Amino acid sequence: MADISTDFLGIKSPNPFWLASAPPTDKLINVVRAFEAGWGGVVWKTLGSQVKNVSSRYSSVNYGGKRMMGFNNIELISDRPLDINLKEITQVVKMFPDRAMIVSLMADNDRKSWHDLIMKAEDAGAMGFELNFGCPHGMTERGMGAAVGQDPEIAKMVVEWVIEKATIPVITKLTPNVHSVVPTAQAAVQGGTSALSLINTIQSVTGIDLDTLVPNPYVAGQSVFGGYCGPAVKPIALKMLTTVAQDPIASRVPISGIGGVSTWKDAVEFMLLGATSVQVCTAAMNHGFRIVEDMCEGLNNWMDEKGFEKTTDFIGKSVEKITHWEDLDINYHHIAKIDQDKCIHCGLCYIACEDTSHQSINVERGNPYNNYTVKEEECVGCNLCKLVCPVDECITMEVHRVAPEYVNWKDWQREGRPLNDH
Amino acid sequence: MSIKNNRLTSAEYQENFADIHPPFETRDAALTEANRCLFCYDPPCMKSCPTSINVPKFIKQIATDNLKGSAHTIFASNIMGAGCSKVCPVEKLCEGACVYNMMHEEPINIARLQRYSTEKAMDNKWQLFDRKPSKGKKVAIVGAGPAGLSCAHTLSREGIDVTIYEKEAKGGGLMTYGIAAYKVTPEFCEDEVNYIMSIGGIEIKYNQEFGKDVTLEHLQKNYDAVYMAFGVGMARQLDIPGEHLEGVEDAIKFIYELRDNDYSKIAVGDKVAVIGMGMTAIDAATQAKRLGASEVTLVYRRTQAEMPCTQKELDIAKLDGCKITWLASPKEILGNNGKVTQLVCDVMKLGEPDASGRRSPIASGETFTLDVDMVIKAAGQMPFQSLVNANNIENNNGKIAVNGKSAAKMAGVFAGGDCVNGGREVVDAVQAGKDGAAAILKHIISPDYIIESELKPTFNN
Repeated sequence: MADISTDFLGIKSPNPFWLASAPPTDKLINVVRAFEAGWGGVVWKTLGSQVKNVSSRYSSVNYGGKRMMGFNNIELISDRPLDINLKEITQVVKMFPDRAMIVSLMADNDRKSWHDLIMKAEDAGAMGFELNFGCPHGMTERGMGAAVGQDPEIAKMVVEWVIEKATIPVITKLTPNVHSVVPTAQAAVQGGTSALSLINTIQSVTGIDLDTLVPNPYVAGQSVFGGYCGPAVKPIALKMLTTVAQDPIASRVPISGIGGVSTWKDAVEFMLLGATSVQVCTAAMNHGFRIVEDMCEGLNNWMDEKGFEKTTDFIGKSVEKITHWEDLDINYHHIAKIDQDKCIHCGLCYIACEDTSHQSINVERGNPYNNYTVKEEECVGCNLCKLVCPVDECITMEVHRVAPEYVNWKDWQREGRPLNDH
Repeated sequence: MSIKNNRLTSAEYQENFADIHPPFETRDAALTEANRCLFCYDPPCMKSCPTSINVPKFIKQIATDNLKGSAHTIFASNIMGAGCSKVCPVEKLCEGACVYNMMHEEPINIARLQRYSTEKAMDNKWQLFDRKPSKGKKVAIVGAGPAGLSCAHTLSREGIDVTIYEKEAKGGGLMTYGIAAYKVTPEFCEDEVNYIMSIGGIEIKYNQEFGKDVTLEHLQKNYDAVYMAFGVGMARQLDIPGEHLEGVEDAIKFIYELRDNDYSKIAVGDKVAVIGMGMTAIDAATQAKRLGASEVTLVYRRTQAEMPCTQKELDIAKLDGCKITWLASPKEILGNNGKVTQLVCDVMKLGEPDASGRRSPIASGETFTLDVDMVIKAAGQMPFQSLVNANNIENNNGKIAVNGKSAAKMAGVFAGGDCVNGGREVVDAVQAGKDGAAAILKHIISPDYIIESELKPTFNN
């Protein structure tokens, strides 16, 4: 059995799966249930400034019969009294000393407010802090949350205030509502943050009620942009994570990965791109805390199969595999192949290629079943047919290199090789 | 043993003859199934539908909450799409062709989805088609069955005024009078006819029997074209001794009586033999059982491999408790005091393949005897040969001969459906009606006249 325990700057947890700062971590009753279910740690829902919430708070995007493919919220930071939160944190730490207890903070924008909040949370037993520089609604209008994360200078200043006082690790949580997360990540590292986490939610409109014409989520005939998360945002999160993991300054500190993690596979992908721990919210809000069981078992089995003994054996292993376009090997070429024994004659490959790609699939009409084959000389190896095919391994991509040697765009251009010749 | 009616309580009749088709109770349930559809290109399901319903399109439209569009897609190809979703042998048509079968997965429940959208359309009386302005032409149609109604609706959409002459008191033809009541209830059949008629421009003259109350000559004289769609008649004779005995019934008549009367009034034997293994045989057998017969045996001269009914139909009969005797051919019906007491059958064996490609049964020399008090004949239906001959309509053994798909060999006279093909599915008759309308329009308007359903669907480009 592989060892899936995690050491994040000395904060230990039995597995890398933490619950993100969000409704599932806003009080003792939830967090105790989460720890009983097996979660490795939590980031307690953001404490700090005084707020007032509205109703409703969530909305989602359903797709092809699957609910909550994307999810958004307009809820604010914790709206419970600070002293109750702190008391409960102390209780939970006592009950589950082996789990990571990170406390998310968002104080009013002055040094003293941050210092007071840090002292109180440390006294309560927090093992680390996560600075909420990402909340995209409600708090930004008051100069907090994403308003901090979107301005590297302000972010650096606040990190410095925190570092002056904090005696435990500080994770700075980044907002994705920027052109690039790297400047703020660098600023936070330069300000002294111990770690980074990303991504927070993305500003969004999930949809509009076509009867009332009011967008979601509905609040008395109006709506606002909500923070988008869930499976739909994972690819964006992975990209942003990669930019941080590849940046020489930002990557000096460990990263906690967030954004649409629903399964152990998602978690492994975040870890392969540099995350030491991962944080989960939407998947738990969709299915409850029990999802962590398969996350642990799946991770364990995968590590055993791959021969990884501990998570640090594979963390970051895919970072270098994401390169620049001009470094890609132009001589690499692969061609689609349709396995006629597996083909169910749905024609999805054909119509996708014919209408929208390279007209590389032959159709031989039959009644009622047509047969489909690849025109090898026309196929550019784009993958579209394989992606739309509903049968696993029916369409495979066979490598047919144009030439054995590696040649990239820069070489190609320098050597004056032909362009636009397809 | 005796043949008698009123064997069950009214609650039992009600239960036995309730609609067997489970609807999708909720939008969620329909969407779960609709979302399974792969939305195939040049879809095998569509190609396997005689009326070419664009199945993936209508299913996609259910999934996008475009239910009106979905119903329109169905009805544009098949105006009896609601009824067909209840009576079609889909396992050998659309659902049988579904590509999920290739993955050894359950095919998409196409019929059930089709019921979902067409029932919504009928319940809400959505008027999905507009008539084109009147072209000042009149067409007479003989028979308000699936072929006649389909032809009438297609013509009416194009601005033709249609009069249908129907010998019964209700429309729907085979759908109303010839199919098991638990597949299509009488109320449904009436609603369906009314829904088709709601486009306007179609008049049905009921209780008008062709050749008796109305003549071909009269129709030819008073209309721009005539479409004959009067179906087929009674069950094929067995031509064996004892066929005249009391208790020997015609399956068509048996089902007709049942569809036209209160169930408690329909007499049925204790022990019933049904001859044949087509859809009508299954319908007769299951309904005899559901009327309270204690023992029903289907007698078929070939084996399961050659049976004309579908496996699903056979399963219904088996679940109803009907017995099946394969490789048995009626030889003689014995009686006492003029009433059926026994059915003597030859034990058959399979010989060489016949014209249909199926191995033909030959008598083995052995016989066996079933104790029965009722024999229902359901071994195919006979065309109205004498009617056709009396009107000098060119025919093949009573089946009207046509040029192309629909033109009878008489100027301005067209024909389609069972009276041409000898008896096929409702869905085939609906397509015949469309073909007939297309041919009529070319004749009475212009040879270049094209209707929507003749165009190649863009879906298959």
